[in-house]
Order: sequence, then C-alpha cells, then structure tokens
Amino acid sequence: MAFDEYQKRDFKVIGTTPLRPDGIDKVTGRAQYGADYYLPGMLVGKMLRSPYAHAKIKSIDTSAARAMQGVKAVVTADDFPGTATGETLDVQDHCLARGTALYDGHAVAAVAAIDAETARQALKLIKVDYEVLPHVTSIEDAVKPGAPLVQEGRRGRKVPKQFSDNCTGWCEFGHGDLEAGFAKADKIIERTFKTSSTHQGYIEPHACLASMGSDGRADVWCCTQGHFHVRNLCAQIMDMDQSALRVTASEIGGGFGGKTTVFIEPVALLLSLKAGHPVKVVMSRDEVFKASGPTVASMTDVKIGMTKDGRITAADALIRYEGGAWPNLTIFPGAQSAFACYDLEAVRAQGLNALTNRPLQAAYRAPGAPQSIYAVEAVVDELALELGLDPIDVRLKNAAKKGTKSSYGPTYDDIGLVQLLEAAKAHPHYSAPLGPNQGRGISSGFWFNFGGETCVSLALDFDGSITLVEGNPDIGGSRASMSMMAAEELGIPYEKVRTIVADTASLGHNEVTHGSRVTFAVGLATIKAARAAKTEMCRRAAKIWGIDEDAVVWEDGFAKPAGPNAGEYEPMSIEKIAKDSPRTGGPIVGHHEVTAEGAGVSFGVHICDLEVDPETGFTKILRYTVLQDAGKAIHPQYVEGQLQGGAVQGIGWALNEEYIYGEDGRLQNAGFLDYRIPVASDLPKIDTVILEIPNPGHPYGVRGVGETGIVPPLAAISNAMSHAIGVRMQELPMSPPKVLKAIKNKG
Amino acid sequence: MVKVTVWGSLRSFTDGQAVVEVQADTFKSVLDALAKDYPGLIPQIEAGVSLAIDGRIYKDSWFTPVTPDSEVVLMPLMQGG
Repeated sequence: MAFDEYQKRDFKVIGTTPLRPDGIDKVTGRAQYGADYYLPGMLVGKMLRSPYAHAKIKSIDTSAARAMQGVKAVVTADDFPGTATGETLDVQDHCLARGTALYDGHAVAAVAAIDAETARQALKLIKVDYEVLPHVTSIEDAVKPGAPLVQEGRRGRKVPKQFSDNCTGWCEFGHGDLEAGFAKADKIIERTFKTSSTHQGYIEPHACLASMGSDGRADVWCCTQGHFHVRNLCAQIMDMDQSALRVTASEIGGGFGGKTTVFIEPVALLLSLKAGHPVKVVMSRDEVFKASGPTVASMTDVKIGMTKDGRITAADALIRYEGGAWPNLTIFPGAQSAFACYDLEAVRAQGLNALTNRPLQAAYRAPGAPQSIYAVEAVVDELALELGLDPIDVRLKNAAKKGTKSSYGPTYDDIGLVQLLEAAKAHPHYSAPLGPNQGRGISSGFWFNFGGETCVSLALDFDGSITLVEGNPDIGGSRASMSMMAAEELGIPYEKVRTIVADTASLGHNEVTHGSRVTFAVGLATIKAARAAKTEMCRRAAKIWGIDEDAVVWEDGFAKPAGPNAGEYEPMSIEKIAKDSPRTGGPIVGHHEVTAEGAGVSFGVHICDLEVDPETGFTKILRYTVLQDAGKAIHPQYVEGQLQGGAVQGIGWALNEEYIYGEDGRLQNAGFLDYRIPVASDLPKIDTVILEIPNPGHPYGVRGVGETGIVPPLAAISNAMSHAIGVRMQELPMSPPKVLKAIKNKG
Repeated sequence: MVKVTVWGSLRSFTDGQAVVEVQADTFKSVLDALAKDYPGLIPQIEAGVSLAIDGRIYKDSWFTPVTPDSEVVLMPLMQGG
C-alpha cells in the first residue's frame, strides 16, 4: 500500500491539543504582521482612487505631485513594463486602472513620499480628467440585454443569447431526465433567492513592504495566503525572473480567501523601482472594503420536485453570480456544489457569471458554494414543511453516500454525510423545546477540498530536535499541526519540533493556503519528509552497527534492530544519531515535494435556533451546533475553531453583512460601523461535533476543514427564520428592517 | 478506450455527447486525446481543468494512470478560499 493512502493506527500525538506555537508572540505583540516591517530609507506609498463607478481616464497630470518636496515617485499603469498577459493582466489592471476606472475606489495612480502626510497631499495634486460612463452594479441588471457594458470583448463562449455581453461564463452540470423526474413528483416548489456581496472581514488590512535593488533583484514582505503566488504574479507584472524576487509572508490577521491574490504589491514594487527606496503600502479599512475582493453576489432560481414520502425526483437550478469588473471562475464551484449533498437521478445546475462595476471578487471560504447551496437547502426545507416531513429525515432519504453519482459527475468514495445527519438528529439540540417567536433550521453543506503543489523540508538538528520548513502561511494552525504530524511520525515529543514558514527563496513552489489544502497536503508532505528522515536515520544506525539497513526499524524515537536475527544492539536514540551525524555522512534532512491529490470532499450539517423580535425585526441566535467530518482531527481545538469561525462568518452573511451601492454606483458602507459583522456579544457559544470518517487519500485520514463550515449557515438561519416568523424570506442578509417588512407584509 | 464524462456546457464541442471515448492511459493522454478529437475543448483545457478519476479529483498529475474501467470525469479547475 502506498504511503499516501490511509492506514488505521493508534496515535500518540495526533488528536491531542498542545499549545499553539504562535500564541505568545501574538498576545505580546512580538508577532510581525504586514505593516510591522521597516527598512532604512523606507518611503510611504499611497493610492489615488476613482470616485466614479465607471469612467474613462482621458488624462492624468502628475506633474504637480512629482514637483512636491518629499515626493520620490509617482506612477500610473503606464509605468508597468507591459509584460503581463491574460489573467495576470487583469490582476495588474485591478491594482492600477489602465485607461478606464471600472469601479468606485479603483486605483488610478500612486505616490511614494517621505511620510504619509506628504503622500496624502501629493495625491491631491494629481489631476485626473474623467469621462463618466454608464455603470451597472447589480447582477439582476448586469445580465439583461442592453445593460451598461463593463468591458468589451469579454462575452464567454456558449453564454446563451438572452443574456448580455457582460456575461463571461456559462456552465452546466448534471445528469438524468429532468422532465421525467418532475413528472414523478407529488410536490414541486420553485423559488428565486438572492445573496449580497460580503467581505471576508479580516481584521488585518493588506500591507506590504517592497524593496527593489539597483541590480534588479527585489524583496517583498507582505500579509498573504500565498507568497509564492505573490512572487509569480509580481514577477510577471514587473518583468522579472521569479528567482529575482524573494517574498516573505508575515503573520496574517485573517484571510479567508481574500488574501489569495495581490492588490498593492506590484504597485509598491513599481514605486520602489522609480524611487530607489523601499516603499511600504498599507491599505486603510475604507480601501480594504472598496478595492479588495468581496465575494460574489448571487441570484439563483431553484426548482425541486419531491414525492409525498420525501424522495427528490428532480432538481434544477439557474445560478447567476456577479464578481466585479473582471471574469472569475467562482460560478463553476457554485454550480457544481449546488446539489452535491444529494443522491439524485435527475439533476441540473446551470451557472452564469456577469461583470459589474465592482471590485474583482476574491475567494471567500468555499467560494461559490454557500450561495447556491443556500437556495437549494431553503427549497428542500420548504418541501419538507409542506409535506409534513422531518427536514433531517428528508435529507437522510436523499443523502449522497459512497457510490452516489454526484451532481457534478464523479462517484463518491467514503463520505460522511449520512453519519452527520444521523448525529444531528440524535443531538440534544435537535429535540430541545422552542419558545414563541423562535425557530429552528438545519442545513447540509459541502466543499471539494484539494491538494496542490507542496514542498517540505525537515532537518534533524545536532541535538535531536527538528526544524520543519514549510511554505504555506499559517492561517489556521498549520505550524502546530505540522509539528504534531512530524512528532507523531518520528516518535518524539511535540515540543521538539519547530515549524517555520520559509520565504520563496528557501523552498520549491507551494500553492496558496486555500482550498482547505494545508493540513491535508502539507501534512502529507511532512509525514513523507519525516519518513525520509527516518529511513536515513535507520541507515546511519545500520552503518554504525555494521548490519544491513533493512534490518533496522524506527520506533518511538529510536532506531532498533528489526528482530533477533539482526543482532543484539541497544536502541539508538534520535539524539545520538543526530550528534554523530557529522561523522556518519553529514546532516540528516528529510524532504518531500509533491502535487498532492486525493484531498477528499467534506460535508457538514448545522442546526440553528433563533428568536425574532416581532416589533423590531432584530434576530438573536440562541443556539448553534456545527457537525462536520474532519477525516482525522490533528489538533481538535484548531478544528473546532475552524468550524466555529465558519459558522460565525455565515451568521454575519445571513443576518447583516452586505455591500450597499448607491444610485451613483458608489459603495455606501465601506467601514465596520456600517458593514455589520458579528461580534462576540452577538453570538452564543457555537457547539461543535467532529466526526472522523477517514479520507482514504491521506496517511492519517485527514480531510480539510477550513471552508465547509461557512456553507450551511445561510440556509440553516434562513430556514430557522422562516419557522420563527411564518414567512420565507428569499434574500440575504435578513437584516432587521427586511425582517420587519416580511412580518408586516405577511399580514 | 477510456470513457470521459464531459460537463454540460462543453457538450456542444463533443457533438452533443455527454460521454466520449478516447484512447488514453494517463491523465495527460486523456487531455491530449480530448484536444485532438474535439478541438473545441482546447480553450477550456488550456484555461485549466481537473480530472476526477474513480471519484478522486486530480488537479494536474499528468502521469496518473487511467484504465478502460476507470470512471473519468472532466471538471473545471478547482479553486478555494
């Protein structure tokens, strides 16, 4: 059996909850975030941003700003080398507008000056001559024929002709005969749902420090989920060899998908090149909201047919996403995910993406899945209600399981949805009594998870401790998890392993920390790197003992003779092997490089109780339970944190968070006072139930857990709301004025 | 021959077929054969695709073996948050 396949075993370190290695640094202020880097002679960079949602840039006069004392550089998009193409050119255009400002807040020029105040004053001296163009900010309007065109030449292949030229992507997934399926149904419900753009809401704004040397080699320090990706994007935009640019990832104050691309780094490099000094750029909160990616907004039609006993006979959806002024691929996982929780004979999910005059969407935990699954789970809930069936029983009757042909094509291997639904039904939360104006909702959720390019190096230091070098920013506890997996494999205490996140010059390429991939993929590489080190340690012991290396095994931190026939030798400790390593062949390092595959999909089930104040429309979440399959929880507290975090972000999405645009196409609520994310006082304790249905594709059975948790809350809360107020709301967020209106319209 | 399931919106490039048969024995040769036999798929393949082979999703592993008994599903390139 290959090492990357699951093997049942007893664990000593995995499943425990040691202290997180970054905790003390973070609470004492020693941790360095993106804005905490300084260099001698460093300048401050700032951006000038468009006040229009859509405007042609007729001219930019930077002469007065350039002449201002203390200003060292002023740049526009014309100063880029012009080597970026394809999607990278879109990324560059999002960083600095080229010819046309495509959204409110789109950067059109940037300044580097000796201090922030000088930079701010210089921005005021830049004269931009705009020609204002018609704009469109809603998905509903953007897809209509005759809608203001955001960009020319972006219409996607196969987009049906009834949709406008803003539509960049069209997809369809499914199987079976829909017409025949709906004909078998006793009840058919068809509804349309909308969700708003929501921001990832990370507390740390985007920040970077760029230093371009006179030899054309450069360094960037930044907060990011993927510094190798930052390097590759910036190198192409700046026409550099990738090796000429070293990127170091700072500690990260949240990302959730929003830090998987670049917004300021290429501009900081360009300013540094022009100024001949290091340049730091730090976004304000206003800039974060206006110019770094929120998630897509959506409008979804869902039609589902069901028999009286709760069997779904057919399911159909048309899912429309808008993701800002450039094409994106989020509609694909949105359409693929919509019905992924179900075992269906006839299913179709069609997806459409449209451009709008908004910032380019960025990934947000399980990108695309929450919006489409919200609509599906709401209709399933309504069908169960109409037919007098228990909503969990309905989901159990139709649940995807091993052998199910998924709605997006492949047949499922071992998955845990049925176990999760059964656990939810048996949970005390599900049978607890409810009071007046209270409602309970449930929802299932799904996410793919994946692996990707991964590179790990594990060094045995001369005292027997371990330095593990990985290349993925730690956004969810990966340093602890990697240390635990290395310790488990080597049979040594967790405290003997220190894991660091190396810069781009120290390891081969590592894909971005996204897709719930790190514990799975980097963990897999860590285990294999440790096994490589163990093999070498056994070889060194064998040489010392003068026996065949196959006659040595590794157990609990010691090399030992494999059996009586190998000879009588005292077990040799890792410390002894490490100490002798200079004289037995040199330093001992295990490493592993892989494009990890076999991540294993993930399911979750959430239960939500809420209470609505019928006089104000205010909603209070009373009780919330998350059940999710982790495959194997390496550090259960971190897993719990991921599940709770996903639920909380979903609660904000369902109840309050939304991008609000005015008639002028400008964002009206670019700050946390007007964009309401949940705070601790808004929330009950989020209970978690972690199930462990091993992923066959990982040595310890790990599945990623970072994203699925944000998928079910939208429908779980919406369904609870429907039961509490007696009317089904079909648009998120369900903020107090909207809830009040729904109650009053009910009569 | 390997049977490859193609997602709905690409079927206009496969003569309307949901499942096409290609001569292939690896991830890479499946994509090469699809591009050769159905040139309309080339822009999508170049933009990025995954293959689900026997239920497991592969993003980019050229040498992953495929047999005539394998369930092979062409999928869009995966992304995450």
